Amino acid sequence: MWNYILRRILQAGIVILGVTLITFVALHMGGDPTYLYVSERATEQEIAETRAKLGFDRPYHEQYLNYLGGLLRLDLGNSLAYKTPALDVVLERFPATIELTMAAMIIAIGLAIPLGVMAALNRGTAVDGGIMAIAMFGQSIPSFWLGIMLILFVGLGLRILPISGHVPVLGPLLDGHIGTALANLPDATLFVIMPAVTIAVFSLSRNARLVRSSMLEVLSQDYVRTARAKGLGEWAVIVRHALRNAWLPVVTMIGLEFGFMLSGVVVVETIFSWPGVGRLVFNAINQRDIPLVQAAVVMFSLLFVALNLIVDLLYARLDPRVRLH
Amino acid sequence: MTGTPAPMGEPIDTPLAAVNATRKGVMRRALRSLLRARWPILAIVILAAVTFCAVAGPSIAPLDPNRQSIINRLQEPMKPNRQGVVVNYLGTDGIGRDVLSRLIYGARVSIVVGFTAVLIGGTLGVSLGLIGGYFGGRIDDVIMRVADIQLAFPFILLAIMFLVVLGPGLGNLIIVLGIGQWVTYARIARSQVISQREKEYVEAARALGASTPSIMFGTILPNIVAPLTVIASFNVASVILSEAALSFLGLGVPPTVPTWGGMLAESRDQLLAGRWWLALFPGVAIMLTVLSFNILGDWLRDFLDPRLKAVG
Repeated sequence: MWNYILRRILQAGIVILGVTLITFVALHMGGDPTYLYVSERATEQEIAETRAKLGFDRPYHEQYLNYLGGLLRLDLGNSLAYKTPALDVVLERFPATIELTMAAMIIAIGLAIPLGVMAALNRGTAVDGGIMAIAMFGQSIPSFWLGIMLILFVGLGLRILPISGHVPVLGPLLDGHIGTALANLPDATLFVIMPAVTIAVFSLSRNARLVRSSMLEVLSQDYVRTARAKGLGEWAVIVRHALRNAWLPVVTMIGLEFGFMLSGVVVVETIFSWPGVGRLVFNAINQRDIPLVQAAVVMFSLLFVALNLIVDLLYARLDPRVRLH
Repeated sequence: MTGTPAPMGEPIDTPLAAVNATRKGVMRRALRSLLRARWPILAIVILAAVTFCAVAGPSIAPLDPNRQSIINRLQEPMKPNRQGVVVNYLGTDGIGRDVLSRLIYGARVSIVVGFTAVLIGGTLGVSLGLIGGYFGGRIDDVIMRVADIQLAFPFILLAIMFLVVLGPGLGNLIIVLGIGQWVTYARIARSQVISQREKEYVEAARALGASTPSIMFGTILPNIVAPLTVIASFNVASVILSEAALSFLGLGVPPTVPTWGGMLAESRDQLLAGRWWLALFPGVAIMLTVLSFNILGDWLRDFLDPRLKAVG
């Protein structure tokens, strides 16, 4: 087990190095990045000074090592628009994004499992067909369009849910104001429903299909037949024997899913004016604030790598066979 | 290709005839399977219509998609003008451009980007996968590590980062989306090659003195095309979704070129005023196109690999 953990951590380290290399290359692909930091009317001398100050005149490998060093000191350069450290700007918005992603995860996983199981148990019937048809649609809807439609029909048409804005829960919680966080919870839930559903639908659909096929495979196994033959109730067979084994592929998906959802937040936060990292990135794109985009991408990737590592380790714990590979 | 034996009585001693016979058999089986499944037929009809719009856009669009008309702005769908004639079947946008015409022209970018990006990613991925799987060792390790690193990025973020730096535009969009896809193909091609590498027919080609590239691309590749086709179909769907998302973020083609994602982005300004048609139609267009590719992919998978149908 320790061997496996060590190897996975080493792999994650290599991946993180790769991520930093790609972001570094991306910054330099657009030409000399100095020009991002100086005004259009800057003189040659000013440009040269800025270039020397930011270290863009040094050889690439040296710049890359500097960039890595900065990353270790949690310094990813200054945002061009905010004039403050880009990482601080990103971290400030992080709780809102995490709230949204977690809400979306809860919806995606919480509904995918019962729907997938229901479809598998009713295989070949109208229930199965219906659930799978909806899942097929869910996988084909662009999330940002779904968000717009929800705003139009649920928010503006039925007027039952707020169309934009955010009530913080995680923020106060991290600052130690537990009372405020709890008091905010009901309102926060109302605000999070539409954006969370928007992000969740794609994953929900894919996972429902995954749970179904995973469940069908498990249901045809000998141990399920044995459990039935023992005279166990159908419910016990499904929950204790089948579902427990059908879980495994789903656990792996959850880690990957988080990454998909993080990508989804960029558009969905923009539509719902959710004050998270996604909308920050959107605005940074429009202002060509490349250091800020870079900081956000690096943070998301680190989070993604960390989550996948955790999922893999969890998986190894759940399924001893994995460790042997 | 799928190992179907030539029907009895066919002259199997002439390989070409045998190949033609199986190919005809496959086509007939495909047609029968299609007719039975029904939904894939609808998908093919939709895709044919979308492709037709993409190819023949200028001849079938009722109006110039970029002609602005301030007096004619924000017309509702099917609303007749003062002469009692319906000109803008699906209404007009905030600067009076015809929604239907823009929708028809928008098919072009989606289809072109979808196919070329998958072609680029597929070619790159299959080549690298073939090389890695065939040779193994150090080169395989390097290719697969790079693939792992790329998978560690949420893809859209990678695309956003490069497009922000490189600047938007059709070429950059296709390259970024194409490069984003190679990993999937590389992994599948690699695992397939590893399972085929030691088979007799490959041994036979080797014994006959075929060169390594000719074995890889001429002998093995045709035998692993089936799973790659399935992936490609799903992949076109997801590339079209990504293209729409990037266009929505303003990272796609220049705003003068109509795209479905771009139309959705513009519709946001009119959202609170309840101009539903600006958001509804482009979204439906994206959804139907993507849905069709997904349905087709599902059917292809079941058809080419019946083992998978048993479980899902």
